[in-house]
Amino acid sequence: MSGVRLGLLTVLGLALVAAVAGGALGTAARQRVSPLLGALVGAAAVWTGALAWSGGTGRVVVGTVLPGVTAAYAPDRLGGAFLVLVGGVTVLASVWAFDGARGTAASRTAWVAYPLFVLGLLGVMAAADVVAFLLAWEVMAVASAVLVLADHARRPEVVGAGLWYAGMTQLSFLLVLGGFAVLASAAGGTGWSDLARLAPDAGATGAGVGLLLLGFVTKAGAVPVHVWLPRAHPEAPSHVSALMSAAMVKAGVYGVLLVVVRLLPAGPSWWGLALLVVGSASAVFGILQAGVAADLKRLLAYSTTENVGLILVAVGAAQVTTARGDVETGHVLLVAALLLTFGHAAAKSVLFLTAGSVLHATGLRDLDRLGGLGRTMPWTCGAFGVAALGAAGLPVTAGFVAEWTLLQALVHAGGPADPRLGLVSALAVTVVALTAGLALMTFTKAFGIAFLGRPRSDGAAAAHEVGRAERLAAAVGALAVLGLGLVPGPMATAAVRALGVDGVTAAGTTLAAGVRLGGVAPAPGSAGEAASGTAALVPVLDPLALGLAALAALVVVAGVVARLRRRAPRRAVELGWGCGGARVSPRMQYTATSYAEPLVRIFDAPLGVSRSVATTTADAPYVVRAMSFRQRVRDVFEEHGYRPLLRAAARVGDAGRALHNGSVHRYLAWSFATFVVVLGLAAR
Amino acid sequence: MSGEVAGEVRVVVAVVLQTVVVVVAAPFLVGVLRQVRARWEGRVGQGLLQPWRDLVKLARKEPLQASGSTVVAWVAPVVVLGSGLLLAALVPTVTTAGPARLPADLFVVVSVLLVGTVALGLLGLDAGSAFGGMGSSRHLTIAALVEPTVLLAVYALSVPVGSTALGPIVEGRLADPGRVVAPAGVLAVVALAIAVVAETARIPVDNPSTHLELTMVHEAMVLESSGRDLAAVELGSWLRLSVLLALVANLVVPWGVATAGDGGPGLPALALGVVAVVVKTAASGVVLATAEVFMAKLRLFRVPELLTGSFVLAFLAVTGSYVIG
Repeated sequence: MSGVRLGLLTVLGLALVAAVAGGALGTAARQRVSPLLGALVGAAAVWTGALAWSGGTGRVVVGTVLPGVTAAYAPDRLGGAFLVLVGGVTVLASVWAFDGARGTAASRTAWVAYPLFVLGLLGVMAAADVVAFLLAWEVMAVASAVLVLADHARRPEVVGAGLWYAGMTQLSFLLVLGGFAVLASAAGGTGWSDLARLAPDAGATGAGVGLLLLGFVTKAGAVPVHVWLPRAHPEAPSHVSALMSAAMVKAGVYGVLLVVVRLLPAGPSWWGLALLVVGSASAVFGILQAGVAADLKRLLAYSTTENVGLILVAVGAAQVTTARGDVETGHVLLVAALLLTFGHAAAKSVLFLTAGSVLHATGLRDLDRLGGLGRTMPWTCGAFGVAALGAAGLPVTAGFVAEWTLLQALVHAGGPADPRLGLVSALAVTVVALTAGLALMTFTKAFGIAFLGRPRSDGAAAAHEVGRAERLAAAVGALAVLGLGLVPGPMATAAVRALGVDGVTAAGTTLAAGVRLGGVAPAPGSAGEAASGTAALVPVLDPLALGLAALAALVVVAGVVARLRRRAPRRAVELGWGCGGARVSPRMQYTATSYAEPLVRIFDAPLGVSRSVATTTADAPYVVRAMSFRQRVRDVFEEHGYRPLLRAAARVGDAGRALHNGSVHRYLAWSFATFVVVLGLAAR
Repeated sequence: MSGEVAGEVRVVVAVVLQTVVVVVAAPFLVGVLRQVRARWEGRVGQGLLQPWRDLVKLARKEPLQASGSTVVAWVAPVVVLGSGLLLAALVPTVTTAGPARLPADLFVVVSVLLVGTVALGLLGLDAGSAFGGMGSSRHLTIAALVEPTVLLAVYALSVPVGSTALGPIVEGRLADPGRVVAPAGVLAVVALAIAVVAETARIPVDNPSTHLELTMVHEAMVLESSGRDLAAVELGSWLRLSVLLALVANLVVPWGVATAGDGGPGLPALALGVVAVVVKTAASGVVLATAEVFMAKLRLFRVPELLTGSFVLAFLAVTGSYVIG
């Protein structure tokens, strides 16, 4: 038995045991055993994925209720990489859940659904044919919907979120089902190897791929089918949010990669252009909404849309450059997409888990009422800070390496030989740059408002550091963000292997720490080559060297500061200066809403902002007694896209009510008529 | 082999020399800016040495820390200064030579710059005063809007060379002076210059000498810092200003900079490089200060218009570099 097969069977067995244990055990035992089993499932998935990633093969065939229809699971290298990703996030989320999952999040139903959700997710990455893929996809969709609804009895908004989520996730399933049905009937088989034989230019292939991409970006939470994400992520229990954001939306990314890289790598460039447009809109819209969000988990959810957008930009640009003949740059872009995926998974799982810790410690998700948590929750603060750096794409984190690779590949795409491609890449660079800038602001806001300053409410003032398991999960995740950022070489070469491409190698004097993008070397004979030689022009990033240089600078500064410190020690004072106007009231601080005010003003149209200021005066207009300020930021896609659609559906439903007025005779007549129609169709 | 090692040593020496020169000269540049402004306004001015005197005075004083503020109060100034030092080492001001493992890649340079930006932004939020938050919010908004201009200008500058590393870009301009006056190059440098003005909080984006809190951006964030914390923030910001000004000067007038050559730059080349960069940067400082005297600070919500304009220039530069080279 091969290692991969053993691993797949272990994952399956452990997940089923975990589901049974979640249903059978009592509350106290469940609190100990279920997270442990969850972590074991994750660890087994990491092991299996690593084996498949390094080239191992193995197959598990599952029978279905339909005779003759079986589902085969056999991960290839790319699937293995995503198994590692999902498994890693599962381990973190499960460890966090030892302390973090309480109350309704640790109910019997939740602990039955949790391992099944993970199993479905892993099944998607491991599937080797259409049936297996769809089976796992639906298990993932249903189990995650149950988890989102965990707290439905206590908070009514959870029900709305659950409905939106269930609707959108089933829409995504139907689209994927339709897409695969079209492709499978055109190919005459359901295995990946059958689908890979399709002609990419054929009309049926185009229709199938269009449906599939739409279904996958719905799962990935891209604009305009992102509406479930900012509802479901905040309302789900935090370890489930982490799993959904860091791992489940990656199922959508995996689906996109499966179609455009693995199955049909020679697709026409409009697939890529469509992905580029969707990705750009998602990136900019997502980060704008995140920038103005005041709910911490909602902010993180919108930032997920942004990150998915960047990943889609990378994949789309790769597809376009490859279709236009610049294969090497396309390869580098694909590597950038995978680096973005892993960097986002590491950062976002930590961010959601620490946001859950903040929620436990204070009972608050509202940034406007948080503040000063850095002193009371130093571990959580540190982990959130590192992950926020990663999400903002600053050195030396995984996010920085990924964005650097993406930008380098984009500026080298096109060139004077292909100005049209150059225009595309210039637009893509603009999107990435604006997104990166706004992400910087968003995460400075999230970190600064929540952890610095003074507490803005009693809940924030009474905060305390969370339990050991929560801290451990956050710290390990933060170390992963830093590790992938400091030593990205091995990860980059592993990404190259997973994708079956070339053009990116490890570099650096120590540990092969850096990344070298040989695939985007300038054309021979360029002016720069004459001046410096070609070798100097190949983009190289060695974060370890950058870190050492920064360390050298900091050592010099610290030396000077230490000398000065002996001469004049720091003195603590009661109040900040505040230009002589400091008051003790923490209400005078900037809040998350006020922090984002310039952004709201500049981008008021795409954000759909409505605000009203009411002033109550006494006697004279300049004696103000009270002022009230209201501001609402809406999701324009929801407001102008979904609401009219839902209203129309409701109208059709209302009209349909005339058909059933409660009379049994009429119902019998309907049944009879239907029967006749079916008979008529069947006899034809 | 020994020749290679000697070359590496020379490069490291050159980089350290470059950093020291920038650190020593940065306060003088600020002195030049203030002095030129004073003369234009008919004042005598404080002299070129005053910024240095201020720094020494601040460094010797005890810093005050309000209760409720965190380690950020002293870590952020150190990070701002550290980021400034790293910029001074990376960006080719005196010499285009750099360690092979750590090329002055413009994307890396920008990210080092942004680390300083974020540290300042967090410093503003730390003490929990209204002004600090206000400054931080504005500062980060401007940084976010500048980002597209900067990266597109980088893109435009990289097209003729095929690399985003600053060393080859400057050397390429030195080897082919026609590129300095090529339309795409000019547009890119103008866009970059506007971005530099915004990043370093100069008029018309921010007024460095304002005393009115409600109009402050940069100054509002450092209101709560004192003593050596303030000294570190000030020196860090000045380093940023000097390095970016010197970079723009080197892009416009690349002559005099010490090139890498074979086995690292020699001593005479470095000496020439120091003189050249001091002259060039001082001259651009005079131009900047003069322009500032005749300009008013823009309202905060007019700044996006300016930055959109600079973005359009950068975008034209990119497309132009493909069409007309």
